[in-house]
Amino acid sequence: MMSQSADQAKATGHIVVDHLRVRFGHNAAMVEAVSDVSMEVKPGEFVSIIGPSGCGKSTLLNVVAGFVKPSAGRVTMDGKHTDRPSADRGMVFQQYSLFPWLTVRKNVEFGLKQKGLDANHREEAARTLLGLAGLLAFENHYPDQLSGGMKQRVGIVRALATSPRVLLMDEPFGALDAQTRVVMQQILTNMWQRFRISVLFITHDIDESIFLSDRIYVMTARPGRIKAEIPISLVRPRTPDMALSPEYLRIKQQLRDLITEESLKAMGGELKDSGLAGFGMEVGPQGVAELI
Amino acid sequence: MQTAASLNLDGEQPGGQVGGATEGPKLVVAPKPDAGAAAASTSSQLTDTPVRRIAAWLRSALPKVLTTMLSLGLFVAFWYFATKYKWDFYIRFTNIPSPGEVLDNAAQLMHSDKFYNNMYVSLRRIMIGFGVATVLGVALGLLIGQYRVAKAMLFPVFETLRPIPAIAWVPMAIMLWPSNETSIVFITFLGSFFPILLNTIHGVNSVDPVLLRAARCLGATEFGLLRQVVLPAALPHIFTGLAIGMGVAWVSLIAAEMISGQYGIGYFTWEAYSLIEYADIVIGMIVIGVLGLLCSGGIRLLGTALMPWMAGSTQGGQK
Ligand SMILES: Nc1ncnc2c1ncn2[C@@H]1O[C@H](COP(=O)(O)OP(=O)(O)O)[C@@H](O)[C@H]1O
Ligand SMILES: [Mg+2]
Repeated sequence: MMSQSADQAKATGHIVVDHLRVRFGHNAAMVEAVSDVSMEVKPGEFVSIIGPSGCGKSTLLNVVAGFVKPSAGRVTMDGKHTDRPSADRGMVFQQYSLFPWLTVRKNVEFGLKQKGLDANHREEAARTLLGLAGLLAFENHYPDQLSGGMKQRVGIVRALATSPRVLLMDEPFGALDAQTRVVMQQILTNMWQRFRISVLFITHDIDESIFLSDRIYVMTARPGRIKAEIPISLVRPRTPDMALSPEYLRIKQQLRDLITEESLKAMGGELKDSGLAGFGMEVGPQGVAELI
Repeated sequence: MQTAASLNLDGEQPGGQVGGATEGPKLVVAPKPDAGAAAASTSSQLTDTPVRRIAAWLRSALPKVLTTMLSLGLFVAFWYFATKYKWDFYIRFTNIPSPGEVLDNAAQLMHSDKFYNNMYVSLRRIMIGFGVATVLGVALGLLIGQYRVAKAMLFPVFETLRPIPAIAWVPMAIMLWPSNETSIVFITFLGSFFPILLNTIHGVNSVDPVLLRAARCLGATEFGLLRQVVLPAALPHIFTGLAIGMGVAWVSLIAAEMISGQYGIGYFTWEAYSLIEYADIVIGMIVIGVLGLLCSGGIRLLGTALMPWMAGSTQGGQK
């Protein structure tokens, strides 16, 4: 059953974002969060989006998930509009989102229950997945009894349980400490390779994006646009020592330059908004750098 | 005090160790129902014999037991002397029955079917009135909390009626309902309905939105969302409403029974006054207090049983 769904997943999960634009509010209060973004996640591909905070990354992901309607443009998965949430697009959130009243196993079973699967099959599937993630010993624990890293692992397992075609992850490891985060990246890579589904992963951590991705999109400051597309050709399986290889360092430098430029732009905007510009200072990217 | 706490910890270790084996989770109180039973046989047999445990418990509990008994003893003593010497200093003890008279009457009432019937009638009214209030309050609370249309249509009516105390409805209830019995149940219902409704709405409004989004991504339908996410997430608040509602239900019931009742423990208490059976008044009051306490305890037990995941947080409450 497992390999069957994996084969099926391999052939699908193709996300296409086509000239997407998202605006919130009206008239004077209008905010353009995403401005003319086009990108794609090919079947089975691991794609990261990185960009300064507030640039519209979550908004973009929410359109793919089906929570936010585009103002213009379209988002499709395997040719179908993603106009409402569905179990074939699994989601992992930055905030802990396990149901506190359900045990770990019942959390994993939740999606299968919605599908109408009977209790025995649900339990079997949930236990198999929890076993793969090394969580079987905790199947009867409540989320409050788990560490942050374990909660996110259960969150990933829960999202995978319904055999989605793509996993959407919004800074899922953002709240974890550095060591736990590295372990989680390893686990996620293993799960992804085993299930061979597409992943759209949002992060603001450069190392994380390089370690995990096949391809990285860098977004501009708000309104978010695609600034650059960086393919990562480091061989897999990737190991922590790769962080010292010339190839890795070159990519890292490139990403850092791109992101710093955008972060400064974003801050420049804030400083202008805060009235610094009123003192006759020309606050562009360079200006901010000098101010700092 | 300290020893009691350490005994408690002993009981919980086995549950926690299951988790601690591979990767340390936070050692929160393990809510495993079998943990306590397993603990009795396995944990620290060398140092803790049953006799020692009891001795330790006595030592820790004794001061509290003593002060409690002293406090109650002083109260009864004051009552005894005040009635014995018929004290009259603005508050008049001239007609108040003494503790002894109350005990005598209580012994007689123990054999009175009529007395038990009064208790039964009151409890039945509470069960029906409170039961209907729970079903309606929770159902409407979920709808009003979750759907803007329901809130727009229903909430103004409830907000208008809410400030009116249930007792103020007595004359209206007598006109509305075909029998005295139904109007008393209605008053009981009214008393508990609003606390339950409002706390349910509050519970729905405080559901973490990320849980709703997670459920939608897992394929939950609108009804599934309400039943499998909103309801359990709001359950702690709902039980707060039930606890308050049970208290108000008793207040409303007793008042309604005193005003318009036939049968019931409130009626019994009022009738005792009319019949100059003053000792029975005290018995009625005590029974009302005890029944109210039992009902609240029942709600609390039900809450613990229905919300096992709250075990850690509720145990950490006041001592
Ligand atoms: N529902 C909303 N209503 C109004 N503005 C929003 C809403 N959601 C996001 N925004 C705004 O859109 C911008 C992009 O937000 P977001 O996508 O969360 O950024 P990121 O995830 O990259 O930090 C922000 O300025 C934010 O304030
Ligand atoms: Mg975000």
